[in-house]
Amino acid sequence: MPDDSSTPAPSAGTSQSDVKWRRVVDASTRWPVIAFVVSGTFWLVAGSLLALIASFKFQFPDWWTQQAWLTFGRVRPAHLNTMIYGWISMAGVGVSAWLWARLLKTKLRGRGLLLLSAALWNVGVLVGTIGILAGYSRAIEWVEMPYAAFAFIVPAMGLLVVSFVRTLWHRHARHLYISVWYLGAAILWGPLLVIAILLPIYSGVPEATANWWYAHNILGLWITPPGLAAAYYLIPKVIGRPVHSYHLSYLGFWTLALFYNWAGVHHLVGGPAPQWVATVSIVFSAMMIIPVIVVAVNHHLTVVGHFKKLKYSPTLRFVVFGAMSYTAVSLQGSLQSFRYWQEVTHFTHYTIAHSHLGVYAFATMIAFGAIYYIMPRVTNWEWGSKRLVSLHFWTTGLGIGAYVTALTIGGVIQGLQLLDPDVAFLTIVEDTKPWLVVRSVSGTLMTVGHLVFAYLLAKIVVQSGERPDGPTYFHPVPAGTFDHVGGDGARSVPSGPAEESAQ
Amino acid sequence: MTRIALIFLGAFAAIAMSFTALTLLPRLQLSTVEPTPGTTDYTYSEQLGRDVYKQEGCMYCHSQQVRPEDFGSDVARGWGPRGSRPGDYVYDETHQLGTMRTGPDLHDIASRQPSRDWHLAHLYQPRSVSPGSVMPAYPYLFEVKKKSSVMASETTVPISPEYAPPGDSVVVATERALALYDYLMTLELEPMDREASN
Repeated sequence: MPDDSSTPAPSAGTSQSDVKWRRVVDASTRWPVIAFVVSGTFWLVAGSLLALIASFKFQFPDWWTQQAWLTFGRVRPAHLNTMIYGWISMAGVGVSAWLWARLLKTKLRGRGLLLLSAALWNVGVLVGTIGILAGYSRAIEWVEMPYAAFAFIVPAMGLLVVSFVRTLWHRHARHLYISVWYLGAAILWGPLLVIAILLPIYSGVPEATANWWYAHNILGLWITPPGLAAAYYLIPKVIGRPVHSYHLSYLGFWTLALFYNWAGVHHLVGGPAPQWVATVSIVFSAMMIIPVIVVAVNHHLTVVGHFKKLKYSPTLRFVVFGAMSYTAVSLQGSLQSFRYWQEVTHFTHYTIAHSHLGVYAFATMIAFGAIYYIMPRVTNWEWGSKRLVSLHFWTTGLGIGAYVTALTIGGVIQGLQLLDPDVAFLTIVEDTKPWLVVRSVSGTLMTVGHLVFAYLLAKIVVQSGERPDGPTYFHPVPAGTFDHVGGDGARSVPSGPAEESAQ
Repeated sequence: MTRIALIFLGAFAAIAMSFTALTLLPRLQLSTVEPTPGTTDYTYSEQLGRDVYKQEGCMYCHSQQVRPEDFGSDVARGWGPRGSRPGDYVYDETHQLGTMRTGPDLHDIASRQPSRDWHLAHLYQPRSVSPGSVMPAYPYLFEVKKKSSVMASETTVPISPEYAPPGDSVVVATERALALYDYLMTLELEPMDREASN
């Protein structure tokens, strides 16, 4: 097993012993991964339905207004909390658990704790979602779920930390691959953030700065790291080359850790917070260009020259889509923190486009790609239909593309009109409507993709039907394309040339 | 110290520093801020109304932060005589600054729209007073009852004929609707000298 620090790429060894330890480690992660990924996917579907209700209310404002629990002002935060604490957090934990064990080359410890964690987490999100719809929202953006929900989620996070630390303690890997850095830091930052924002010590304007310190950091220090960790592992692994400039990735990690968490108050530019806080956040938002460029160099230059492989591999398609989106959303984020830009876009639908470019086009698409890679290895089965995988990719890819484009354009128009005091407010509302129609349509497309994905996931978890013959690729793969992944595959014996897909 | 310990320590130090700077220091700085003229603590009814505002998620479409005169055009649009200041929020236990303007900013709404009839009609059915509005209706904050059974203490809400209930029924405001109006009437920014700043 190579992995001395001079060749730090994930091992591409395909000897029998390499395959064997991987099989053992993968098997140890099976139930926790399945629990978290399946739970996350449930919340993805639930959150998508909430999203559609919220979006369609712009086309039909008098739709379902008799019942308080379906009013936009409750459905919208229910959607956000379900997606953040339900979908992307749980899917992120599932993916992280598999990566952690693989990269530390040891069995996942505390598997029972993780299963308990998944159960508590689900209860928490259920209590939280119902709580918001029932009128018990705490009315603090990004953390609206009542305390009762967090009474489950915080302990669930604690159990996760125990499991990961114990696994770390028993590690066999001498070198800690860069993904381990991101994941290790995330399990420290996540619980600290949630506990910090739940402390009953805030009010008034300081509460607002705390609010946005939290909301921005839950994105950058809890949701982002598993996405980057997965991309750093899966892109080199599936392409078959080491990361372009591995030692640069340490710089990327430390600059993310030191810069990202100061950026939160860029959400309050022009507001009543002290000027120095807003300025500090703008400065660090701009400095985020450094880690983003590092990650872009490492991810994109590793793929360059190998784009053809995206034709075949679902994992690669979703992960590269996500990695490119990360670069885009982060550079956009740096620019839009500047006062001149914000003066136009703050308070508009542009911001919603940006947030979905991050949480969906980046984090969610990478999560999909990682799940496509991981599930065959923990279920010892294969994805049931390349056509459905393709449908999933195109509905979600085109969906989010249309979503972001429409709300970006609509938001900028809205912002420019808001800056002109002669434009009547109801005119501005009227002009946003066509773009919001595109949102509803693209959201519907994405939801179709999610339902397809949930179906595929159910089939692979229960191992339904006949065992497919080989990895599910989009098209028959030319011999030798993915040989280097052979020792990592779901089958117990690495083959020579990759088999033609039987689908 | 092993490398992994260094990673954890570094990550912790990073978040501790930003928590201090972005959360604790502003708290300290603003702990002595005085309420601006006209800003007073909430009465029972106003606080109840504020709870309704929070529960129904008004914040997701309406902001409560008027931008200063040299940034954006909120003041020119008539949304307030001045930018909002920290002293406007000292009694807000849960801030409702908001981040979206699907609807107008409300921090000075009491100045530009004080009519109770307008607000109650708007909450019952926004499109009855604002054609083309996408705001949700809140019929559950009201009761529809026969005119003859309305008591003297109750508040009837005039609704335009297109949206009024049929026959001899009228719309009556519940306690929560009236409380929400009371809360909206606390949202008023009095002019101040430019020198007074945080």
